[in-house]
Amino acid sequence: MAFEIPRETNTGSIAEITLGATSEQGGTRSHTLTLGGSSSLPFHFFEGEQPHPPVVAMEVFDSVPTKYPEPLLDYYRDVIDNPGEMAKKCVEEYGAELISVRLEGTHPEKGNKSVDEAVEIVQKVLSSVSVPLIFTGPSHFEKNNEVMKKVCEVTAGENCLINYVETDNYKTIAAACIAYGHTLVAQSPIDVNLAKQLNILLTDMNFPADKIVMDPLTGTLGYGLEYTYSIMERIRTDGLAGDKMLAFPMLVTPGYESFNVKEARAPQKDYPDWGDLAQRGIYWETATAVSLLVAGAELLILYHPQSVEIIKSKIAEIFAAEGGE
Amino acid sequence: MALSGLDIFKLLPKTNCGDCAVPTCLAFAMKLAQKKAELSECPHASDEAKATLGAAGTPPIRLVKIGGANALEVGNETVMFRHEKTFFHQTGIAIELRSSDGTESNRVKIQAMENLTVERVGEQLTADLFFVTFDSENGEVFLDTLTVIKELSTKGVILNCQDLTVLKQGLEILKENRPAIYCEAKPAEKIYSLAKTFEASLVLTARSFEDLEARSNAAVTADLNALILNLEAAGFGKKLQHNTLLRRSALQQNFKPFGYPLLTRIKGATPVEILAEASLQICKYGSIVVLPEYDQALLYTLFTLRQTIYTDPQKPIQVDPKVYAIGDPTPDSPVFVTTNFSLTYFMVSGEIENSGVSAHLVVTDAEGQSVLTAWAAGKFDGEKIAKFIKDIQFEQQVKTRKIIIPGLVAQISGDLEESLPGWEVIVGCQEASDIPSFIKSVELT
Repeated sequence: MAFEIPRETNTGSIAEITLGATSEQGGTRSHTLTLGGSSSLPFHFFEGEQPHPPVVAMEVFDSVPTKYPEPLLDYYRDVIDNPGEMAKKCVEEYGAELISVRLEGTHPEKGNKSVDEAVEIVQKVLSSVSVPLIFTGPSHFEKNNEVMKKVCEVTAGENCLINYVETDNYKTIAAACIAYGHTLVAQSPIDVNLAKQLNILLTDMNFPADKIVMDPLTGTLGYGLEYTYSIMERIRTDGLAGDKMLAFPMLVTPGYESFNVKEARAPQKDYPDWGDLAQRGIYWETATAVSLLVAGAELLILYHPQSVEIIKSKIAEIFAAEGGE
Repeated sequence: MALSGLDIFKLLPKTNCGDCAVPTCLAFAMKLAQKKAELSECPHASDEAKATLGAAGTPPIRLVKIGGANALEVGNETVMFRHEKTFFHQTGIAIELRSSDGTESNRVKIQAMENLTVERVGEQLTADLFFVTFDSENGEVFLDTLTVIKELSTKGVILNCQDLTVLKQGLEILKENRPAIYCEAKPAEKIYSLAKTFEASLVLTARSFEDLEARSNAAVTADLNALILNLEAAGFGKKLQHNTLLRRSALQQNFKPFGYPLLTRIKGATPVEILAEASLQICKYGSIVVLPEYDQALLYTLFTLRQTIYTDPQKPIQVDPKVYAIGDPTPDSPVFVTTNFSLTYFMVSGEIENSGVSAHLVVTDAEGQSVLTAWAAGKFDGEKIAKFIKDIQFEQQVKTRKIIIPGLVAQISGDLEESLPGWEVIVGCQEASDIPSFIKSVELT
């Protein structure tokens, strides 16, 4: 018996979601990016299609995160307080395909910046780079609603990715996205059923199904990655098997999560067995990103320029071999 | 053809002799049915049993051991996705030693490997194998390196030596250690006989499915079955696809030539690329990865990823139940209590750390369950917490008499106060992320 390639075909495929809008489409971005569209598990070109490569975003901040580690700061020291300039650096020097603006400083307990201050930062980034944008609101229901409603309004027509809504707080922001033409991140706490339920709630309020990106919630390496990894594999398998309410592109946040944990911040003198700190942070983020990439992530928000470089080059390597996009 | 455990049991001697290392024939039959054992482990199996079970009696991916007392076991996997059941035999991590680097440089690496053991959530993590490459003028350094390994280490060895005379001398040195022989091309007949004599497993390398199949079949014809496959591929995507297809054909089509563990020599222009390539192998079916260099931070990252992927999805990872010092607590510092589910512990300890306040974190034995689950199962109630605190004599270690419980189990506060006389119970917040603001809002000690 000679070897025959064991192919599996799927009945479903992942929704195609486009981010950004050019001037013809009513925005100001130089180009758009499309996610999703696959009809097989990640990179299984021998049995299906994956028309769009996963993309890598980088993140800028309205206020410097308290835990931002020193080795990372070395790359951004001159621009960390200036989100517009930092966004530019990420795009022009480090190759970010999108920019995420994290507005955590508006959180009532983390700086309580006003809606106007947030809007000012949003506009600064909007004018300093031309890639599609992600806006990430604070982890506080009322403030998130207040800030993102306004962000949606001032960026009307740009088809930004508005990050995020969850089951207990989705209506206000989802309505703003519909009104101003944005795409939305539906976040659920590492659970297939809750992820599906939120997508049903959104489509039930007539939220367009071609404007949803799922965030299954990233647990970084050593801190719940095993759950995120398997939940993503299950979501993707179910989506491909025909469950339309799970067949959306997935976003993950290895940068934010990895540089938040001890392994990316503790010096080697405290943990001699852990090896060099500067390298360890990059490794931690990259290992998390690689595993989530093969589990089905299509949009990865990364922090370290070296992680960005390697993940982008591996994605390019995969698609070059297939003569894809 | 799948036989049930009972079908198989009927074919066994039913003597419960235990010679297969399983106490009863029925239990052994069940293991055979799950393909976690092989019929050859039963020395008394009848010819009828052998004939009937045949192919059905061997696991779809064979278990292969490399090494002596501290052997690495790889293979014997049964699923494509960890959520379907679990992955059983962790990816072995090997470090390459080259004879061109000299014996002394190799000795330093061997010693470093031997000393490297990192504890993480109760497990000791370490690298498993040496991959020794003969790439110098004469065999001396290669053989000396093997002697040093034998002296300093109990880890297994893979020999990468295309000179058959030197290879044989190397095998002599490691003769009780059941090494593996790495063949970078089609093996010579002589290699089969060496493998047999020294009970070595064989790593077969090929650049196409067809060649790999042919080499696997040839080795089996030569009566060898401890095989490891190395299908070389260019590019990240091809590696993922090849590993997926090899495992699929073994598990789903029971395609025997590919029913063996997979090895990959990791190549990369930078350490980060090496890390990325090795991470792919750990996630997607690599049984052994050979790293070109020793890099501690890289190893620690890979150990953690390997633990992540190979954790049984049905069993939560636990941390040791004990009192953890967060920051630099004094006997007057506040006391928090939670369960020993690793994620719960990491989140609670991380957020207390974020608050900048030093504290004692009492982590009770709740069998690795999260707060609400443990409470619902009666493993995290007033009595249990009080007993734990008394058993470890925590009351003698602190002066404070206030204890903060998770907000999700506010209902146990009365119980706990009753079981822990002299203590005041404070009901904390429900979410770990609210701990920093909670700490600011309450008088904690």
